Amino acid sequence: MSVPALVDHLFRHDAARMTATLARIFGPARIELVEDVVQEALLTALARWPHEGIPANPTAWLIQVAKHRALDALRRDRLAEDREAHIREEISQWADAAPTVGVDDPVIVDDQLRMIFICSHPAIPAETRVTLTLKLAGGFGASEIARAFLAEETAIQQRLVRAKRRIRDAGLVFEVPDGSELGERLESVLEVLYAMFTEAHTAHAGDTLVRRDIGEDAMRLGALLLRDPALARPEVHALMALFHFTAARFDSRADAEGEPLLLAEQDRSQWDRQHMSAGLRHLERAAAGERLTRYHLEAELAACHTLAPSWEATNWKRIIELYDQLLTLVDSPIVALNRSIAVAEVAGPSAGLDALRALEGQSILRRYPPYEIALGDMLRRLGRYEEASAHFTRAAERGRSTPIRRFLERRIAECAAAREPGVENGELRPSRA
Amino acid sequence: MSKFMLILYDRPADVANVTPDDMQRIIEEYNAWGRGLADRGKLGPSMKLKDEGGKQIAGKGATVVRDGPYAEASEIVGGFYTIEAKNYDDAVSIASGCPHLKYFGRIDVREVDF
Repeated sequence: MSVPALVDHLFRHDAARMTATLARIFGPARIELVEDVVQEALLTALARWPHEGIPANPTAWLIQVAKHRALDALRRDRLAEDREAHIREEISQWADAAPTVGVDDPVIVDDQLRMIFICSHPAIPAETRVTLTLKLAGGFGASEIARAFLAEETAIQQRLVRAKRRIRDAGLVFEVPDGSELGERLESVLEVLYAMFTEAHTAHAGDTLVRRDIGEDAMRLGALLLRDPALARPEVHALMALFHFTAARFDSRADAEGEPLLLAEQDRSQWDRQHMSAGLRHLERAAAGERLTRYHLEAELAACHTLAPSWEATNWKRIIELYDQLLTLVDSPIVALNRSIAVAEVAGPSAGLDALRALEGQSILRRYPPYEIALGDMLRRLGRYEEASAHFTRAAERGRSTPIRRFLERRIAECAAAREPGVENGELRPSRA
Repeated sequence: MSKFMLILYDRPADVANVTPDDMQRIIEEYNAWGRGLADRGKLGPSMKLKDEGGKQIAGKGATVVRDGPYAEASEIVGGFYTIEAKNYDDAVSIASGCPHLKYFGRIDVREVDF
């Protein structure tokens, strides 16, 4: 007897899709009501499926339940009669179509695109847009978002409540903008997806599993944008190329014990070929435009690393050029930090150290462990183990994740061993000096 | 083989804040457990009872009907499974694998008299 299994993240994705469609039907001012309806539908499944088994079409089943909950909510909502009748009609149409409509149906896609645009609306505070997108367009729970970014769940809840109030009070419209507004609004959407992905893939603490899901969701939402011809612009392809090239290396970033591996130490044969070729396809289509965005440059940077056969054979000169161009677009000490690492590969650790020292005093870097790690690494390669050890120690004090701390402890021990007479630098692993 | 009823207790309020992904994971665990029994022909009728509502009727000639003690905070019978097992030890061992114990609450195991 075979019982249908559920596809990965069906509930999360179904929650996002149901929320998007119901929000269109009820209007953005009633997003909280819609979220309740969707949550109740999922809870009903949680209560009944363990006893009844998983239905043959889980999505259609959830939508049927959501329909009944939505109609109940509608009755309590006391709207004008014609408005209520209209909403009731739309809910019924949606539920009737559910058994035959696939997830890539144009209406379902459009609903989600509208949701993505409203979540990253400029009227919503920039730091809230990612949280809101994760919740409403991604189907993540507040506790998951809190876990991923080491925030308090109540703080996330409050932020979401304020954002939804803002949507209502500002009278934001649920639509994909067109004309002159589109450019600016799309930019805001891309910033949100970029932040989702980079936060998820580079955070130094938090729940790794959820963060990985968040990175994948940024890719899912990016792919949704590309389904709309008006939105399939070169910079969207550039962003997707960046995502794929980075995602290709995701599984190789830690060893079997969960210890982080440097790019130089990773087993490149393990990098995901499918992501690589998807990255190349998007990079090609990103080249169609006139405008060079940061996503273009970052995608090519990621391509340089991901497509290089080895650390040594990486095109470091091109990487420095790309960082130089990127610095003209985004004035970021973190970009400059990464550039310094490339400089060390071309001109040696001493040049790299000079480039890093030039960034001293940048306030962002003061609490940024990768800066300390980079400094420590240059000094280690120059044989200045005592100073190197001091930087690794400082990074360890600031790093919040256990694997990173273990990695740094290993480095500190190596530095201590190297200071002992009779131990040559060459015996340390790994050393690229 | 004898029949046993597994009576599942839970607190409905406990599930309110489960994330969509966790819900799916929990359902899949129940599904795996239930399928393991069903494949061996050991799973009988199983039902979820509605959390809301419920009536208690006083017996012995009295006809007083009142609402059940089903306040949100209290433990209630959430549903039941019937299973086939050799004896109580076997039934308890089967019930011990039910994800309900991990996530929601206790289980009463009772042999069906027939």
